[in-house]
Amino acid sequence: MNEIFKILEEDARKTPQQIATMTGIPLSKVKGAIKQAERDRTILKYKAIVNWDRLGEGQVVALVEVRIVPQRDVGFDAIAERIYRFTEARSVYLMSGTYDLAVLVAGKTMQEVASFVTQKLAPLDGVQGTVTHFLLKRYKEDGEVLEVEKRPKRVPIMP
Amino acid sequence: MKKRNVISKKVRDISPSGIRRFFDILASLEGVISLGVGEPDFVTPWHIREAGIYSLEQGYTSYTSNYGILELREEIARYLKSRYGLGYDPQKEILITVGVSEGLDLAMRAILDPGDEVIGHEPSYVSYTPCTTLAGGKFVPVSTYVENEFKVNADDIEKRVTLRTKALLLGYPSNPTGGEMDRAGLKKVAEVAQRHDLIVVSDEVYERLVYGVKHTCFASLPGMQQRTIHLGGFSKAYAMTGWRIGYAAAREEIIEAMMKIHQYTMLCAPIMGQMAAIEALKEGEAQVEDMVAEYDQRRRVMVEGFNNIGLTCFEPQGAFYAFPSIKSTGLSSEDFAEKLLLEEHVAVVPGNAFGKCGEGYVRCCYATSMAEIEEAVERMGRFVKRHRKR
Repeated sequence: MNEIFKILEEDARKTPQQIATMTGIPLSKVKGAIKQAERDRTILKYKAIVNWDRLGEGQVVALVEVRIVPQRDVGFDAIAERIYRFTEARSVYLMSGTYDLAVLVAGKTMQEVASFVTQKLAPLDGVQGTVTHFLLKRYKEDGEVLEVEKRPKRVPIMP
Repeated sequence: MKKRNVISKKVRDISPSGIRRFFDILASLEGVISLGVGEPDFVTPWHIREAGIYSLEQGYTSYTSNYGILELREEIARYLKSRYGLGYDPQKEILITVGVSEGLDLAMRAILDPGDEVIGHEPSYVSYTPCTTLAGGKFVPVSTYVENEFKVNADDIEKRVTLRTKALLLGYPSNPTGGEMDRAGLKKVAEVAQRHDLIVVSDEVYERLVYGVKHTCFASLPGMQQRTIHLGGFSKAYAMTGWRIGYAAAREEIIEAMMKIHQYTMLCAPIMGQMAAIEALKEGEAQVEDMVAEYDQRRRVMVEGFNNIGLTCFEPQGAFYAFPSIKSTGLSSEDFAEKLLLEEHVAVVPGNAFGKCGEGYVRCCYATSMAEIEEAVERMGRFVKRHRKR
């Protein structure tokens, strides 16, 4: 069954019929598994990976290291929640190592990102400090290399 | 200069490949989808390429032992042991060759005397007959049939055994049919080899590419290791066709004879490829499994697609080829391939390139992107509709 989700993760536009053919799993089972996965949030969402740079609308993205003070009973979760509720926070991860939360922040301009960090994120109760790293260039996004790779042609007919 | 034949009779007698003329047609067309390739569409996994690059940086640019780098032979011995329970001495029983193609040539030249006969199944890989001929032998074909999923029948082999029969040549999983032998069938072949004291040359370059079945290595059958020349390689499993690395595993006497020819004609396989192959065996398993899973999906899509458009296709269990019947069109396989290329810009290989009994079929490789497979099936569907036998 996991094969179904591997296929969708690679190409969410594959139809249940195509997946059934590719895997040999009966169509009704494929449909059922996908429905169930959508219901129980195994599949969170279907979306496209857009290369905004090509549209001249490159976003400014920063990786913000956040050090926080864990709170009694809820640990890091409560403060993490206060952070991930901001739409500017695209991804939020609890990390091991020298800081606690990694927050990917996206905005239209550097000022927008900076003001989010200084006005919203840093002043939160429990946040001890932040270190902001601006993203300079994307090479690979979610397993996809952004530049089109030129590949040598194969010999078209070979026994 | 007196008028005489520059080219030897032996070479003149080899019929030219029927595929060559398609090259010219292909070159004149745009937007061709080729199902005519014989190699993976994956690039060699990066860690393997990186190992090759690193070997160059370290100055690995010299000859190697004629047998090949010992570490690679040791890795191959370990692999054959863990996968098939076979014990080969890496010092004396394994030879690194320039692809399985060279391994096959060496095997034939090492064992054949003029006039010796080699029995092999057809349809099968195009080099089996010429390699036998060039080594002075005679290739005796045994037909295989779709009803039997192109498995070779031991009784059919035995009927062709004569006093001159020296060897059997097996190529499973099969290029071009995608057929794979099961253990029971191979055991019967082994009995024939035993009864008539034959050498078995087993080309298993596609051994890792099987779907839903377990591959049986011929040499691993009881009593067979001593009489088998096992040919394996890196091209298909690791997507390393251009690196040209294969190997032969057999008893010492045979490997020594093959090495004798190899040292005078090839000297050794390229060192960079050998270094990359070590990395492939040590760290490449996960990538092989990923690629096999991907081929499996494409296989299902292609086979179902062909059956839906009226090109009956049995379910291939190995390699990366489908071998649909084109008899519903009434065209010969060469006409089918040529017309399909000209009219719909899809390249396939006519089945008769792989032996007479391949007539009525075409070979289609599914080692190409899913989108191209889907598009090719659609174009072929249009073609078949137009050409259906009335």
